[in-house]
Amino acid sequence: MLEMTNVGVTIEGDNGSVEVLKDINLKFEEKKIYVMTGPNGSGKSSIAKTIMGIYQPTAGKIILDSTDITNMSITERARLGIGYAFQRPPLFKGMTVRDFLNYAAGPDNTIMHCDLLYDVGLCAQDYLEREINASFSGGELKRIEIASILARNLKVAIFDEPEAGIDLWSFQRLTETIANMNIKYDTTIVLISHQERIIRLADEVILVAEGRISGITTQGKILDDIQCLDTGCECRNNCIKGGEDNQCLIL
Amino acid sequence: MLDTLDLKLLEEVADLHGLPQGAYNIRKNGQAADRKTTANIDIITKKDKPGIDIVVKPGTKEESVHIPVILSQSIGDLVYNTFEIGAYADVLIVAGCGIHNPSSEKAQHDGIHEFFVRKGARMKYIEKHYGEGEGTGQRILNPKTIIEVEEDGIVEIEMIQIKGVDHTVRDTEVRLQKNARLIVSERLLTNLEQTAISNITVELLGDESTAQIISRSVAQDNSHQDFHLNMYGYSKCRGHIQCDSIIMDQAHVTSSPMISALNTDAQLIHEAAIGKIASEQLIKLMSMGLTEDEAEAAILKGFLK
Repeated sequence: MLEMTNVGVTIEGDNGSVEVLKDINLKFEEKKIYVMTGPNGSGKSSIAKTIMGIYQPTAGKIILDSTDITNMSITERARLGIGYAFQRPPLFKGMTVRDFLNYAAGPDNTIMHCDLLYDVGLCAQDYLEREINASFSGGELKRIEIASILARNLKVAIFDEPEAGIDLWSFQRLTETIANMNIKYDTTIVLISHQERIIRLADEVILVAEGRISGITTQGKILDDIQCLDTGCECRNNCIKGGEDNQCLIL
Repeated sequence: MLDTLDLKLLEEVADLHGLPQGAYNIRKNGQAADRKTTANIDIITKKDKPGIDIVVKPGTKEESVHIPVILSQSIGDLVYNTFEIGAYADVLIVAGCGIHNPSSEKAQHDGIHEFFVRKGARMKYIEKHYGEGEGTGQRILNPKTIIEVEEDGIVEIEMIQIKGVDHTVRDTEVRLQKNARLIVSERLLTNLEQTAISNITVELLGDESTAQIISRSVAQDNSHQDFHLNMYGYSKCRGHIQCDSIIMDQAHVTSSPMISALNTDAQLIHEAAIGKIASEQLIKLMSMGLTEDEAEAAILKGFLK
């Protein structure tokens, strides 16, 4: 189990320090699927980066299976079984998809490159020897990024807007792949998304606003709220609100 | 005879594990050390200056020539090699120089290679440079490569210098006739106080000739790199220069790609980029379990592949 207790993160920027996360308390239980949602800039990716160790907490604790990982490096956390699929994957000029997936799997693991790429909707024959450079579309990069997570046998896998750039025809396969990862490897999945079809995977939905957890709910509740918005029914006033304009979080 | 050190240098510069298959000429410390010719490839010692003539018969297919140079002493070595690649031949030429300098004096090899790639011939030329040795003497390699490519000829060049060369000036000149094609791939790494200068000039003389230069380099420590990549379009031709460098530590890199169109149908493009390793790249690989040093090495290995 992964637990964040009273976690705060302050980042030093050019214009001084910014408190991006405040008093985050979350429990991610084994084998469950969580979806984090909320307005742009609310802190969803910051929570993910703090779990991965990219941001270091300035307050609170993070515990993974009874081990305090609060001050651990990115590498140490990765080796304990945490993985993070970036929202905007970087390019690696010169590095082939094959090499990239091999690095992801680690030196002690053999992987089936073809199966991995098939799972993310890419043909291995067309992609394995290609460099991960600007010739790839955003959607292709995203798929390779997701494949790099699938290549690892993870305890906790975080996907930051995995649907971005993925065409409608491949969406079903993406959601099936993520669900299968959860079932096959007992991986705890954390998805950051605004998409209804992603939210439908969730055991729990975490609502984030202004750097705080503004609510934890079920997919049924939040999808009901979306339905209310679509039909303009009166229960809109009961929707969970947050952000600068106190707008509905699931817009 | 070749000793253990020679064999190690041969492996570094020509990926050879022992003597090569096909034709070869091994030069060691300024002298011919071993040679083999084939029915289609002749190697002749020049009479007027140090060096060899390599003659590939027209129509020769799937044969190779290895011409590695080994320096295990602190000497100055100058050699002139001329290659005649007969019409419609298809050959691989592996050159390269490995220096092991055990002394405080400099060891230098200057190789001047001139190629005539005849009509319809195809040549892949690999040139790898490597230096090592416990001595404080400089290891210097200055290759000059001049290539004439006749109609329908295809030339692919790989120039690689990854380790141990203190100073290099690389001059490459290529002239392309009608429908000739050129692909140049340059990979260069410098560290410590090393300096590297690469001058590549390509003249697209014939209609439908094409050229692509892809240069990638990594400059570490206090090393200096200077690239001058020039392309001239005299005809209905296409050319592309891409020059990427990763800069680290206190290194300096100058990149000057230049394209000149002397015909309205010439289409020439240049791109140049110098930058450090992006933190996102390091973080991504670290999030896959690599240490920062391992991530950096993986990025550089891929970049210079």
